[in-house]
Amino acid sequence: MNSMEDFRAEVGSSGPVCVKGGGTRWSLGGEANTTARVVHAPDGIDSHDPAEMTVAVWAGTTLMTLAEVLAEKRQEVVLDGPPGSTVGGSLSVGWNSIRRQRIGTARDSLLQAECVGADGRIFKAGGPTVKNASGYELCRLLVGSLGTLALTGRVILRTRPLPECSLWLRGAMSPVEVERSCYRPSSILWDGSNSHVCLEGYGADVESEAEGLAEHGMVEVAGPPDLPPDRDRWSGDLPQGAVLDVATGVVHRHGSTVAPEVDPAVKAIARRLKTNFDPQGRLNPGRDPYQISA
Amino acid sequence: MAREVPAGTADLVADLVAAIGADRVAAGGGARHLYARDSSIIEGGHSGPVCFPGSTDQVADCVRVAVAHGRDFVPRGAGTGLSGGAVPCNDPVVIATTRMNQIHEVDVERRIAWVGPGVVNLDLTRHLAGTGLHFAPDPSSQQASTIGGNLANNSGGPHCLAYGVTSAHVAAVEVVLSDASTVVLGEEVGDAVGYDLRGAFVGGEGTLGVATRIAVRLTPDPPVVMTLLLDFKSIVDAAEAVTGIIAAGIVPAALEIMDQKVVHAVEKFVSAGYPLDAGAVLIVELDGLPAGVAREVEIVKRVGADNGVGTVRVAADNAERELIWKGRKNAFGAIAHIAPRYYLHDTVVPRTRLAEVIEQVNAAAERHDLIVMNVFHAGDGNLHPLLMFDPREPGTLERVHAAGEEIVRIAIEAGGVLSGEHGIGLEKRRFMSLLFSPDDLAAQRALRDAFDPLGRANPLKVFPTGASCGDVAGLTEVPEGVWV
Repeated sequence: MNSMEDFRAEVGSSGPVCVKGGGTRWSLGGEANTTARVVHAPDGIDSHDPAEMTVAVWAGTTLMTLAEVLAEKRQEVVLDGPPGSTVGGSLSVGWNSIRRQRIGTARDSLLQAECVGADGRIFKAGGPTVKNASGYELCRLLVGSLGTLALTGRVILRTRPLPECSLWLRGAMSPVEVERSCYRPSSILWDGSNSHVCLEGYGADVESEAEGLAEHGMVEVAGPPDLPPDRDRWSGDLPQGAVLDVATGVVHRHGSTVAPEVDPAVKAIARRLKTNFDPQGRLNPGRDPYQISA
Repeated sequence: MAREVPAGTADLVADLVAAIGADRVAAGGGARHLYARDSSIIEGGHSGPVCFPGSTDQVADCVRVAVAHGRDFVPRGAGTGLSGGAVPCNDPVVIATTRMNQIHEVDVERRIAWVGPGVVNLDLTRHLAGTGLHFAPDPSSQQASTIGGNLANNSGGPHCLAYGVTSAHVAAVEVVLSDASTVVLGEEVGDAVGYDLRGAFVGGEGTLGVATRIAVRLTPDPPVVMTLLLDFKSIVDAAEAVTGIIAAGIVPAALEIMDQKVVHAVEKFVSAGYPLDAGAVLIVELDGLPAGVAREVEIVKRVGADNGVGTVRVAADNAERELIWKGRKNAFGAIAHIAPRYYLHDTVVPRTRLAEVIEQVNAAAERHDLIVMNVFHAGDGNLHPLLMFDPREPGTLERVHAAGEEIVRIAIEAGGVLSGEHGIGLEKRRFMSLLFSPDDLAAQRALRDAFDPLGRANPLKVFPTGASCGDVAGLTEVPEGVWV
């Protein structure tokens, strides 16, 4: 039986500590200081309530395991990541799925988080319901924080129905034209010469939109193009082999990328946050969410 | 009545006038009295000078002058808030953003608009007519409430069931902090790098700074919209139907319930043809591409039948659809003839427990000898019980309070939360400890203090505190024109 109390005991209240999920993006934002003790969040799915469209899950659960359980009730969560990624790791990275236009963002999907703070005490952020305006939006801060504010043990995530039909098409049509031709496609990618579009929904609607795109030379393909592992921002130029996520301006590419410059005034708020949550800098030292490139 | 003017006010007013101009500062008793209230039941606030800045720099001036004079500042939009978030405590400088109502830029291709915080919600969508885009958050106050206010409360509305609350539609926000500096939180492109300060700011109830420019995401208009009106014998049946619809794997654009008392009041007002013999009606809106909408209409009909639906009316055209919505969106104006006063609650419960919670809420009202009416966002479990009363009857206020507190406790015991879209403000801060432990609240405090280390931005809100400000217990007056 998992418990937050056990996770709290593992994290303790002193000394540097880092939490490791699947380790699939372990160097993102800088590698954790090697002196930090490595801890792992518990794994397992507590409850999936399809009619509530929520799932309560431990942060160490792999996305694949979660997806399998949710798929039994024809639902999914928005979280995404390489094979082996965990719920907690995916949340702490905070990257969104290329299907975000349909399923939403990681930040909108985290309803409640139970965490261990730097002082070794357990706190809860957010609430279990799908709508909540009670107090401050702590969950938002946790997503994308690389575990530098608190270590997440258990979360409640929003789920969504799986689409009845899902179809990828590829062709030379421009992304702008694709967007104009379809109603809220799940994804539009651009590889420098071809658009890749994901249509999802009811079969007849998907077929009808796909037929419209076929008239412009778009052909059905098995899935999205391979996405290189690194990320950058669209600056009007697409490197060889890179893929642009049109809706977000995120460029998936190979090779090291540089973190964008951040306004010192923003960094000042971020520093105060870090100081308020983790005055001694013991949580995931060495990792910095401002060193992520996109 | 306006109280005695605190010492130093003349100097404060002079500095504000020097900074932003005499035509942008109202310091007389009338203005201060007017701006001591919002649309909540809370009275007893005390406003200092009221400022109407026209630019980000002028907002920064207001903040700088206020803090230099040792005053707090309270941001304010249209004042339609229902939890007392904009009620001023301790004579602060009130910064009303209603004159910052410019739509600065609309980028149809990228589906982003930069707007002033004082832009009225519905004005933006009207402005977008013909572009095929709209601003999705649609609180029932949308014809009056501002986008800055929507942002402060992370407002919802009927259509946030499918489209998400305000936070999902804000890409970036320019903010003046309590040290009078200006900072842009969030970005138009990319997944935000670093801490999601934008997401933390949205819903901050004006306690983290003043929003001065907002980049909102625009949503494509759906090609097909179908609005259905289903009637049921009881509100419990209607609630069970809602659970069944979600369980069937569809997420309608909106799922709204009105009970029989509300239906009667609304029908007198709008003559929309609502069924008067029904125990409750359910409005279901489905949108998207034609085949999917047609399929979902059939699913809704089937789930309705499984739960004893009486009739299913499908709006034949836009006019009929608008009539159905007119009743829902004006419900609160329509009920005035039932009792002279009402107290509106806002809680969320797991939607699968709606039916039992409504029965408990109704029983609580009955125990306290009060009329309760229910009109609410059923799809996301967001209850809005209205307690109707006549404050001239001795002992009524005590009963309203007792019933109100019971409703909050019922929601929390059912696994719910304090507020779905109205926020905490002053109204519910005393209940925060029911939902959050001291350690939970300490984490929230760490967030708040990072934005406002000086503690000057709309203090005394959200957190439970012994400090008094305003007077919920008064309940002697209810604002006109309350929306939910």
